[in-house]
Amino acid sequence: MGLIFENGNFSAFVEGFLRTIELSALSALFALLLGFVLAAFRVSPVPVLRWFGTAWVTVFRNTPLLLLFFAVTFMLPPLDVHLDSFTAAVIALSAYTGSFVCEVLRAGINTVPLGQAEAARSLGMGFGQTLSLVVLPQAARSVISPMGSVFIALPRNSAIAGAFNVPELFSFQKVLSEEAYDIFAIFFWIALAYLAISFSINAVFSTLERRVAVAR
Amino acid sequence: MSMRTASVLYDVPGPRARTRNLILGVAGLLGIAGLFWYVISSFADAGQFEAALWSPFEYTGVQQRFVDGALDTLKAFGLAAVGSLVLGSLLAVGRLSDHFAVRVTSTVVVQFFRAMPLVIMVFALYRAAFGAQPMWALVIGLTLYNGAVQAEIIRSGINAVPRGQAEAAYALGLRKTQVMGIVLVPQAVRSMLPAIIGQLVVTLKDTSLGYIITYPELLWQMKLIASNSDGYPYIPVVLVGAPIYIAMCLALDGLARWIESRGRRGTTRRSTTAA
Repeated sequence: MGLIFENGNFSAFVEGFLRTIELSALSALFALLLGFVLAAFRVSPVPVLRWFGTAWVTVFRNTPLLLLFFAVTFMLPPLDVHLDSFTAAVIALSAYTGSFVCEVLRAGINTVPLGQAEAARSLGMGFGQTLSLVVLPQAARSVISPMGSVFIALPRNSAIAGAFNVPELFSFQKVLSEEAYDIFAIFFWIALAYLAISFSINAVFSTLERRVAVAR
Repeated sequence: MSMRTASVLYDVPGPRARTRNLILGVAGLLGIAGLFWYVISSFADAGQFEAALWSPFEYTGVQQRFVDGALDTLKAFGLAAVGSLVLGSLLAVGRLSDHFAVRVTSTVVVQFFRAMPLVIMVFALYRAAFGAQPMWALVIGLTLYNGAVQAEIIRSGINAVPRGQAEAAYALGLRKTQVMGIVLVPQAVRSMLPAIIGQLVVTLKDTSLGYIITYPELLWQMKLIASNSDGYPYIPVVLVGAPIYIAMCLALDGLARWIESRGRRGTTRRSTTAA
């Protein structure tokens, strides 16, 4: 277990840990933005946009994340687009996660009963008021828990970036196992790091969930 | 959802709204067409549609590689699917056990493997024990991770079975194992089937991790084809390979929808899991 304190491994470990967090946070941000746009497309009154949103989400939800990383890494250089591996990883991760965010948002909006909006309109509320005062607050409540599982999955998925030259925790594991350290000892430290990340995100979301829970 | 139905977000469109939607629709269509044209023309400008780059697909050897890759993907998926369902049922029952030790052990196992990235586990297994048989590293990794996830799905299914079912079964004199095995688990699995199949789609997608540990599944074969052909046709290979993955996932997804549409007798409906 002491391997982490030898030969400057500790600084590499911390660097990998921070890189994982940075990658996950950036991808979470872009995934949220993309997810909102796609969800707006999927619930819009314009059929063309709805079809486009559906097609986009279907393609990206059913493509393996590794294939997206593969595509971003190998399809862009022939087109004369040269990105560093970190940017490429952020693109792949947010494109993948964005479609899951979209599905969660759409499902959340669909859980609001139609009568709520009808009641709001018959009270004389306009479109903006109906949306911001009645529909979205109710949708937000039911969205928190599934959104939590999407964002807990994100740092786990980000480990794949290590296979595409991003120096994060998985590549730390690769490098150390090539230096012939004990694989179980390496796994122990990596596992500890991911457990810490995963439990902190879990804690945030369960607090949020408790805050906004409906008292029934 | 047709144009005539109201949604929670907007009313049934009147004449003015219909005109506006039509204009937005045409603008959207033009935008999407422009996007497609941009992508296709930048592929064409980079010479990605030249016959030389696509000729490798005419070789039977290359076609065979795609078939072999898809079959190896399906083989790893089949083994992992069976393994994860068996492990998932055991862990789910374990988490609901009356024995403290069993309950705690199953909970710890489930929480641990759910929090662990699959790449890290598969790679550690590959390095530790299965350097010569990468398939087993992949299958065992997939089984452990997806087993933990399936356990949570099945457990929530068991919890959603009305309490009267278990009470009635006990009143008839069934044992604990019988109540679980022939009353609760079958109902739970039936009501959770869409979520279970949703997780199986995730399992299928995750077999692509074999790429990292040199298991010759579809993605690994794609890389091999692209890097061994003249001109490195990565774009053509992805354009051919990605639809194969999407088709396999959609087929499984279609199965889930079909089962759901047959009308389940379960009382609860849950959505599928996140990746």
